Amino acid sequence: MMRSALYWASHYLLLALYVLFALFPLFWLVKVALTPNELLYSEGIRLWPSRISAEHFRFVLAHSDFPLYFRNSLIVSSATAVIVALVSGACGYGLSRFVFRGKSLLVALLLITQMFPLVMLVAPMFRLLAPLGLTNSLTGLVIVYTAFNAPFATFLMQSFFDGIPRELEEAAMIDGATRFGAFLHILLPLTLPGIAATGGFVFTAAWSELLFALMLISSAQASTFPVGLLSFVSKFSVDFGQMMAAGVLALIPACLFFLFIQRYLVRGLTAGAVKG
Amino acid sequence: MGADHDEGEAEPEVSATGRRLLRLAEPYFYSAPVLLLIVGVMLIPLSVGLSYAFRDIQLLDPFSGGFVGLDHFRELAADASFSAALRHTLVWTIVTVALQFILGLVLALLLNREFPGRRLTQALVFLPWAVPTFLVGLDWAWLFNPVVGPLPSWLFALHVTRDANNLLSDPATALIGPIVAAVWWGIPFFAITALAALQSIPRDLYEAAAIDGAGVFKQFRSITLPLLAPTIIITILLRTVWVANFADLIVVMTNGGPADSSQTVASYVFTAAFRRLDFGYASAIAAVLLLLLFAYGLAILSLRRRLLHRYS
Repeated sequence: MMRSALYWASHYLLLALYVLFALFPLFWLVKVALTPNELLYSEGIRLWPSRISAEHFRFVLAHSDFPLYFRNSLIVSSATAVIVALVSGACGYGLSRFVFRGKSLLVALLLITQMFPLVMLVAPMFRLLAPLGLTNSLTGLVIVYTAFNAPFATFLMQSFFDGIPRELEEAAMIDGATRFGAFLHILLPLTLPGIAATGGFVFTAAWSELLFALMLISSAQASTFPVGLLSFVSKFSVDFGQMMAAGVLALIPACLFFLFIQRYLVRGLTAGAVKG
Repeated sequence: MGADHDEGEAEPEVSATGRRLLRLAEPYFYSAPVLLLIVGVMLIPLSVGLSYAFRDIQLLDPFSGGFVGLDHFRELAADASFSAALRHTLVWTIVTVALQFILGLVLALLLNREFPGRRLTQALVFLPWAVPTFLVGLDWAWLFNPVVGPLPSWLFALHVTRDANNLLSDPATALIGPIVAAVWWGIPFFAITALAALQSIPRDLYEAAAIDGAGVFKQFRSITLPLLAPTIIITILLRTVWVANFADLIVVMTNGGPADSSQTVASYVFTAAFRRLDFGYASAIAAVLLLLLFAYGLAILSLRRRLLHRYS
């Protein structure tokens, strides 16, 4: 009994340390965002300021370009998530339900795209997209992000379709349903949570992407949130309160999606990690 | 597959051969959009990028574009920043992956036991994984900043550092910052993967071992570790490639500086392309990185084959 009590004490202690480590940087972000400017330098490293205010949030929302960046990022990430869910869903369905010539070649191509350094594409991507008018454009970013996320999402979707027994569809088709009807009425409802989770992963990835956005976007009008925040940081690097208030804003959609995909994490990432 | 059954539906307009062709074409139709995307947006730019490595491509110079042969690679061989970047890539990758893995595995083992509040704890400790990487970089840069961050004064108070300055602006310690941020962000990934693998181990194995008198550590060594090994090893190897390529945190936190002291090969590609606008040179650096990762990939494959052989 003594031993087991000791075990659980250290179990909880270790977990408490992990929780502390995980949450402290986020706590600090919120804390500085809430600290009024006149207290920032005198109480910058106190755990909680003597007075808090929402002035930085008010400023960022009303007098900066961040609402625009937020909107741009929202458009790019949602469009990417929807398109990836469609094309990868189709491809994952094909890989899961058909045997066809060239299938292993397709899988190999998808795997290769997961292995090579994406920074390799920074320079040629700019030169190839510029003549097409796709630099400084949200459409250009959506195309690039869709391609980057499609292979991983395809493997994920394939694993979701593989989890549904083929016999279910076959039975429906014997009963007179077309293949598409079987897909629509049997496969789709069963895999809908998986499709939504894939969309969540892709949304988060597109929301976070920085390097290609930095390279492809130079106008404030088409800036995504990371580009806007980084240019704000290099221009007004002393305004910590405002920077961190903007940072808290960037955190919100990511955290919402995290709450939503949390349940699928263990299953989803395993499929992605083992196959891609 | 099951398509044999639509024989019953009579569709007079489409001939039997037409239907068969359509059926044969069906899977290609499904995979065409993804194939087009990765060929058009990834594989073609990749080969174009490889050709840049042998050409003089300056973004702002319209007269550039001529072939220069191996000039970029000769320049690379003499470039002290590049050899430093190679060393930093090694340190960055090994230390980051090792810490992410060890801390992630311990976390997974802790979460694999049932206890009150487990679901909430799991959500909290996995939260860093959801934070966008640019924000991870900025947040940790601020934590290391002596004006608004607590870390410099804490480290000084604990006698870890000799002064309360920003370790990101000291060439001797600059790389530590991005590594800490990457570990914080990456622990959940390993924990999630390890947790999934742990949950696939049948419980009765442990019960049988406990009846035979095996203690917790004995059980870990003779059941958990060997059954976890194949998944874990593959995950580590793939993650290594990913971390070696991952430049966001370094670009955000130190931009490779001060004086290239935290530059990795991946961040150097970006610096050369984005700051110097020298796409030819950037592509040459990227080509070397690709070559190194290719060699590493071949090593993985042979190891994987040996592992599968041993565990099947």
